[in-house]
Amino acid sequence: MQLIKDKQVIDNTWTYLSNDAELKDGDITVSTSRWLQDKAELLNHKGKVGVRITPESSIDEIVNDLPHIELIELDFPDFADGRLFSHAWLLRNRYQYQGEIRATGNYMSGQVFYLSRVGVNAFSVEKNEDVPAALTALNDFTVKYQ
Amino acid sequence: MYQYNDIDQTLVNERVDQFRRQTEQFLKGELSEDQFRALRLRNGLYIQIHAPMLRIAVPYGLLSSNQLRKLAHISRTYDKSYCHVTTRQNIQFNWPKLEEVPDILAELAEVQMHAIQTSGNCMRNTTSDHLAGVCVDEIEDPRPYCELIRQWTTLHPEFDYLPRKFKIAVSGALHDRAATQFHDIGLHLVKNDAGEIGFRVLVGGGLGRTPIIGQVIKPFLEKKHLLSYLEAILRIYNLFGRRDNKYKARIKILVKESGLNKFSQLVEQEWLIIRENLALSDQRIEQIKAHFTSPAYDLKADKDSTFDLNKQQNLVFATWIKHNTTDHKIPGYRAAFVSLKAPASPPGDMSDAQLDAVADLADRYSFGEIRSTHRQNLILADVKQADLFELWQKLDALQLATPNIGTVTDMICCPGLDFCSLANAGSIGVAKEINEALDDIDYIHDIGDLKINMSGCMNGCAHQSVGHIGILGVDKKGTEWYQITLGGSSENQAAIGERLGPAVAKNEVTKAITTILDVYIKQRREEESFLDTVKRVGISPFKEQVYATN
Repeated sequence: MQLIKDKQVIDNTWTYLSNDAELKDGDITVSTSRWLQDKAELLNHKGKVGVRITPESSIDEIVNDLPHIELIELDFPDFADGRLFSHAWLLRNRYQYQGEIRATGNYMSGQVFYLSRVGVNAFSVEKNEDVPAALTALNDFTVKYQ
Repeated sequence: MYQYNDIDQTLVNERVDQFRRQTEQFLKGELSEDQFRALRLRNGLYIQIHAPMLRIAVPYGLLSSNQLRKLAHISRTYDKSYCHVTTRQNIQFNWPKLEEVPDILAELAEVQMHAIQTSGNCMRNTTSDHLAGVCVDEIEDPRPYCELIRQWTTLHPEFDYLPRKFKIAVSGALHDRAATQFHDIGLHLVKNDAGEIGFRVLVGGGLGRTPIIGQVIKPFLEKKHLLSYLEAILRIYNLFGRRDNKYKARIKILVKESGLNKFSQLVEQEWLIIRENLALSDQRIEQIKAHFTSPAYDLKADKDSTFDLNKQQNLVFATWIKHNTTDHKIPGYRAAFVSLKAPASPPGDMSDAQLDAVADLADRYSFGEIRSTHRQNLILADVKQADLFELWQKLDALQLATPNIGTVTDMICCPGLDFCSLANAGSIGVAKEINEALDDIDYIHDIGDLKINMSGCMNGCAHQSVGHIGILGVDKKGTEWYQITLGGSSENQAAIGERLGPAVAKNEVTKAITTILDVYIKQRREEESFLDTVKRVGISPFKEQVYATN
């Protein structure tokens, strides 16, 4: 897996922690439910914490915690589910979230330009050979209406 | 007419390049069928029974003569020398080759056209009144607002993957010719008590499987808040619209299930937060309005005397004037329909030669502009009365002067089973048979204002549920049957047609229609229209006769 962040290809240093996995040191991402449940413990953990959100997530639940969250991962179950576009927009624009917003899962390179416009600045790319297409697609347009 | 600036042009050019890359990726096997499907749909490209179908956007139905010539060229070069005008004022090609579509889009970009967001679950082409700017009952020209909406909706990054498609229509006149009550959002320019003009906003209307009349969500919206209010509705819909069942995913279902009150509270809350940031300045509105100024009308056009003389001397011309032209705000001018409903031709179809010829007629008689209508015809909106006789002769020679606008043979009709992979039944053939049975133009004129809408499946592309007579093709164990509804209307007194009874077999549709017309003629009082008669007597008298004769 490759990571494109701010249009640069970099190594991913984050570990995906499932709901039942034991907490370990280093940079980790957890589900929204785990964050809400184990917040106190996670705040004391050695390393950075990221929270994964899905289309069903409600941003309201984590809004007050945003200063403690260094990464928000938009986990796409299906590229056709556009709710995550609104979630990203709300995070960046309404709640002024400053951390990394990363798209992951089942989204397409054909969507990365739109994603970048709603505030996503990082993209995990499953297959290495797809990196060039994603980088190109980030520059699909030089103009916009909105 | 709106002219692209550098930003508009760059945007469509870059869209062509993007789609060219995506098509190449797909052809190399780097995109799945599903992925490419979502991308091609957003560029107007469907895969149909025989070939792909490409739907070109005609923003609010406005075309220049050069654009028409380009469409003629495309139909000759990439298709089978004809195109089809849709019920949403767009243009479709039925036979393009997938690998040539990027070239077609590049050709379109040369004349400031595109196919962006003409299909897929995104915000579609904004439609409007085909008489915008010229009609006598206008509060304000809706086209500048349509253009503002066109720009705002185009490549909107947040709302390109909605639960379902999303359609906006704008009307600026007293008489609603844009079916605004049957759109996801309908906008009406209205004047408030203080004399200010703003928008009445309707939400949750729609046709298709579950026809619903839109409800007023905002009785008066200041113009400057147009885009912020749209954005608020779209954000609420994007976040809360159903995605579990595509037949329940339109905004009409969200509004219905949550109730208008709850829905409008959510919208209002969102809108209050964003409205100042997205407010339209007066300067911005004026800048767009400057693209829609009146052409250089001849203010002495009504001094001409030949028009009345020609009408007196030529009854066929007089009939055409009566049915195929309409009043214009400038004395001495009329708007002339180009009927795409010649008996022998599929409704809404036009050949390359006709496209070229109409472009020339527009240059000569109507300031180089053409409009497409919801009922699949074209209009030359600004014709001097002195020119109408010549125009009529030329249209007649092109088979474009059938004097049937607004009558029973001005049928609207989807491509049906002949082309569309969604269809359950044919529609073009049935339309042709009905047309052949109604070959007496005097009888057609005697029947008067009657709108027949026929769709080949539940998706209802031809808006059958709001046809005065609606015909819906259904599949019953592999054979084609047709459900008939009566009394629908998409105009001010909007109504959804009532089902007449069980579906009828394909070979009995024409007989059913002629029986319905016979019942109307017997039942009507003096000048009463078909719709009014149906309203007064109900469907029973029609039902009795149609099923008695079957």
